[in-house]
Amino acid sequence: MPEVFEPKIVAFFCNWCTYLAADLAGTSRIKHAPNARVIRVMCSGRVDPQFVLDAFAKGADGVLIGGCHPGDCHYQEGNYKALRRVALLRRLLKQMGIEEERFRLEWISAAEGERVKTVINDMVEKLRALGPRVQPVRKEVA
Amino acid sequence: MTAATYGYYPGCSMRGTGIAYEESLLTLFHLLDLSLEELRDWNCCGATSYMCIDENLAFLLSARNLAIAHQSGFRELVTPCSACYLCLRKVQEYAQRYPQVAERVRESLAAASLPALNSVKVRHPLEVLFTDVELDRIRSKVVRHWHGGRVACYYGCQLVRPYGEADNVHNPTRMDQLLQAAGVPTVEFALKTKCCGGSLTGTIHPVGVRLNYILLKEAVRKGAKAIATVCPLCQYNLDAYQAEIRAETGEAFDLPILFFTQIMGWALGGDLRSLGLHRAISGRRTIDEWFPKHPGEVESYV
Amino acid sequence: MSEAGGAVRIGVYICHCGANIAATVDVKSLAASAATMPNVVVWREYKYLCSDSGQDLIRQDIPNQRLNRIVVASCSPHLHEQTFRAAVAAAGLNPFYLQMVNIREHISWVHENRMEATSKAQDLLRAAVRRVARHEALERSRIPIHPDVLVVGGGIAGIHAALTLANAGKHVYLVERQPTIGGHMAQFDKTFPTLDCAACILTPKMSAVKAHQKITLWTYSEVVQVDGYVGSYQVTVKRRTRYVREDLCTGCLECLEACLYQEGRFTDEFNAGLASRKPIYIPFPQAVPQVPVIDPEACIQFKSGKCKKTCIDACGDRHAISFQLEEKTEEIQVGSIIVATGFQVFDARRAPYYGYGVYPDVYTALEVERLVNASGPTAGEVVLRDGRIPKTVGIVHCVGSRDENTNRWCSRVCCMYSLKLAHLIKERTGAEVFNFYIDIRTPGKGFEEFYQKLLNEKVHFIRGRVAEVTDWALDPTEEGKLILRVEDTLAGLVRRIPVDMVVLSVGLEPRSDAQDVCRMFNMTCSGEGFFTERHPKLAPVNTFADGVFLAGCCQGPKDIPDTVAQAGAAAAEALVLIDSGSIETEPNTAYTDEDVCSGCKTCIPLCPYHAITFLEQEKKARINQATCKGCGTCVAACPSGSIRQHLFEDEQIFEEIEGILTYA
Repeated sequence: MPEVFEPKIVAFFCNWCTYLAADLAGTSRIKHAPNARVIRVMCSGRVDPQFVLDAFAKGADGVLIGGCHPGDCHYQEGNYKALRRVALLRRLLKQMGIEEERFRLEWISAAEGERVKTVINDMVEKLRALGPRVQPVRKEVA
Repeated sequence: MTAATYGYYPGCSMRGTGIAYEESLLTLFHLLDLSLEELRDWNCCGATSYMCIDENLAFLLSARNLAIAHQSGFRELVTPCSACYLCLRKVQEYAQRYPQVAERVRESLAAASLPALNSVKVRHPLEVLFTDVELDRIRSKVVRHWHGGRVACYYGCQLVRPYGEADNVHNPTRMDQLLQAAGVPTVEFALKTKCCGGSLTGTIHPVGVRLNYILLKEAVRKGAKAIATVCPLCQYNLDAYQAEIRAETGEAFDLPILFFTQIMGWALGGDLRSLGLHRAISGRRTIDEWFPKHPGEVESYV
Repeated sequence: MSEAGGAVRIGVYICHCGANIAATVDVKSLAASAATMPNVVVWREYKYLCSDSGQDLIRQDIPNQRLNRIVVASCSPHLHEQTFRAAVAAAGLNPFYLQMVNIREHISWVHENRMEATSKAQDLLRAAVRRVARHEALERSRIPIHPDVLVVGGGIAGIHAALTLANAGKHVYLVERQPTIGGHMAQFDKTFPTLDCAACILTPKMSAVKAHQKITLWTYSEVVQVDGYVGSYQVTVKRRTRYVREDLCTGCLECLEACLYQEGRFTDEFNAGLASRKPIYIPFPQAVPQVPVIDPEACIQFKSGKCKKTCIDACGDRHAISFQLEEKTEEIQVGSIIVATGFQVFDARRAPYYGYGVYPDVYTALEVERLVNASGPTAGEVVLRDGRIPKTVGIVHCVGSRDENTNRWCSRVCCMYSLKLAHLIKERTGAEVFNFYIDIRTPGKGFEEFYQKLLNEKVHFIRGRVAEVTDWALDPTEEGKLILRVEDTLAGLVRRIPVDMVVLSVGLEPRSDAQDVCRMFNMTCSGEGFFTERHPKLAPVNTFADGVFLAGCCQGPKDIPDTVAQAGAAAAEALVLIDSGSIETEPNTAYTDEDVCSGCKTCIPLCPYHAITFLEQEKKARINQATCKGCGTCVAACPSGSIRQHLFEDEQIFEEIEGILTYA
């Protein structure tokens, strides 16, 4: 066990806004916590709840979905669909005992490189405070 | 109509040089069906010298007032003095921005068995009157025609800076709008947020008086017959040194320096003594002319 | 596919990008870890993979090592995915057997700890290796490009782009919101640094637009809706009516003379509000088209219905004027679009400390452009509102620019136009002119020389941001003047400088409806509202919407030479599209497995493009491959899992998740 808990975040970023924002964070050399692993999808509307559940099942400490701001979706309204889906998913996750802070949906436009940093750093901080997820499997190992 | 109730933090000036401010404020609020309930066991806000010597301790003073307000169940705390207003807002802002300030405040309050810093909203009467009472309602409440001259609205430095919540940072206009709603004409006063000298009148006296002089001169140049203020220190500075300025420069301003609540209160029917109008130092002649002891019958023209 | 048949054989290529990646990510150990990943048979790291020799590695390994999957760990796929797909295709492998790992933008440029960065790179590489094994061969489809082009905005950018395209024989629709083309440039007097007259160089181009056979010019019109995609955009244009028919009007302007109003009474926008116009007017003498406009807000006939209609009498048997005309809507088809919607100047009232709107003799630079213009409201005389000639003038730079309270950016043109106005004012009035600046920025051909010339003309330069402009006079010499208070940072003094006239060098900002325009064309824009180019260096006029290009200040503040250069570039990009005749699309469409589809219709209302139809007979959903844009929203929503998406299959994404978390 390392001294500081380093949570691992699976991030689903939409191709047109948030993925580009992460690229912009790169070209602007905006340093941030290295805990998020980005999976590119065309639209936040593509994120199937199964992806989120699968990530948690396989041991992710947090899942982050990044999409375009409401009204700015490259596909007109995919982010609204994501938003509605997420509300339902949140309740499901709660029932499964997964803390609220572990799952986030954020609107980050292509111009908001700085916000990628803020969101990821903030999430890492919150997950650190929360500690590793307690899973039956892990308990046996420990 | 049920009266809206606000917590009320007078601060030291309201019981000293600014007593006329408190008198007129309470009268005006009463006339508008607003009620102020004084904070129990309040203390100094920590302004001026305390803030310069030990900022952290000054914060604790303001934090205590806010904690008591919270404990007393006030959601909003009205404070008429610009310095009190700024100090209370500042401790809220700093506690939010700097964890070490928040921690210090929390610890100290706990030692006094007071709740931690809270979200009591700090408000200034100018902004309460402007936002909670609509201008139209003020117009409808006016019972006295204004017979006086034009007034320069002087906002001072602390009310709008740095937070800009009570009014626009660079160009506040709410006092002008309120007075105009009460039927009082105002002048365009470029120096409306310039320094009044503050406590310099006590420490480096010539500099403080010079700043006062500039404000008075410019107000007169713009055709103002009186200056309206929102801050007890501004009022005192501008009011108290006119004789001294006359002795030094030979310029006799003799300009009434009034609280905006006094002027509004008069228009809305308050009487002379309840508005503290008898307390002013300078411009007595003008004041006696504008606010006669026996105004006769209340004119109703609305 | 024979190439993909048999065992999966993956080649992993890791780019150093010089030191860009290698300095932070341990590429050697990353390559070593690739060797342990499933199906990886080749692993290499190389200094610059995007170089010819780098691509050669991949091109040679594919046949030699019998590779059928390629993973490239380098920069963002937005930068080089097409490059490496082409390399893969050149070696005879289907280009969609490629997966990229973004270890530069997402790792080496944003992280500092080498160990953490390398470990993150390993996770992402593992995800890609697992994913690519699930890739399938895909075919791109081609869509034809309609040869017509829409240019939105008739300023110098739109004019130049339209003329370039039309001269190349393409048909252009030029849509302008105002009654005339010309934009801001038409309002200027001289242009810096050469001081040639703006009208002299602009009006011939405006006339050329009107005369050109290949240009359909719609002024007083606005694009209100854009549908479709690159190659085939359906555009709806609302054409407001001027109540004067363009086809019948001869431009004699007799109607203007005949109007019941002897003098102008209404705000003249073209003259920045410094003059008045009649209800029937043309914005300026050289306006294109030379057709008057009736302002229904001002016209007596519209307000009361009781006008003698002298304008109609004056028009006589030309019958061009009619109060019954109504606005029209036009639907057009174009293949590409050039957005050149320009800028607006900063509203000086947002900086109340400079007294604009309070003191009459505080002007914005745009107003002074009209004052110095020979065809302006004062016929080129620089006079104050009361007719006096100013003896001293203060020019305040950076109003609404380089300021966190207003706009943070440098507006790029203000230093130079301030110098130009300083020169013109001094030339016309002999006044003492003071420039108050933060920095003088003159990076451009002949710009610095112009600055030197101004210094020799004895224009004063005071380095310091002006605190305020007031009429607060301290002594009789200041009486009646405007006082600029400024900290002269070179002299180390706070100064009060009394002047007769203050000119505010207002900055450039996006138009207030820029966000709406951005959405309409499906572009992206920065928080402040300037439209974002696809790549700041390498695709400066492209946007993230294919077939939509940018020109001029809608992309960011720039001067006239840069605007014209950009407009030419945008036109060239459109020409490339048109002349290639067609464009390949990403094959990332959604499709249904009709055997699994339960016919629940959940997907149907989700599609904003109406690409999903329900087959009543079969009770199945089917997705039109031509209209599907590939967002994948329906895929995520399908309860039976029968909708799938090429390039973003569920299994591929599950593999990525697995790859990332394998050693979590």
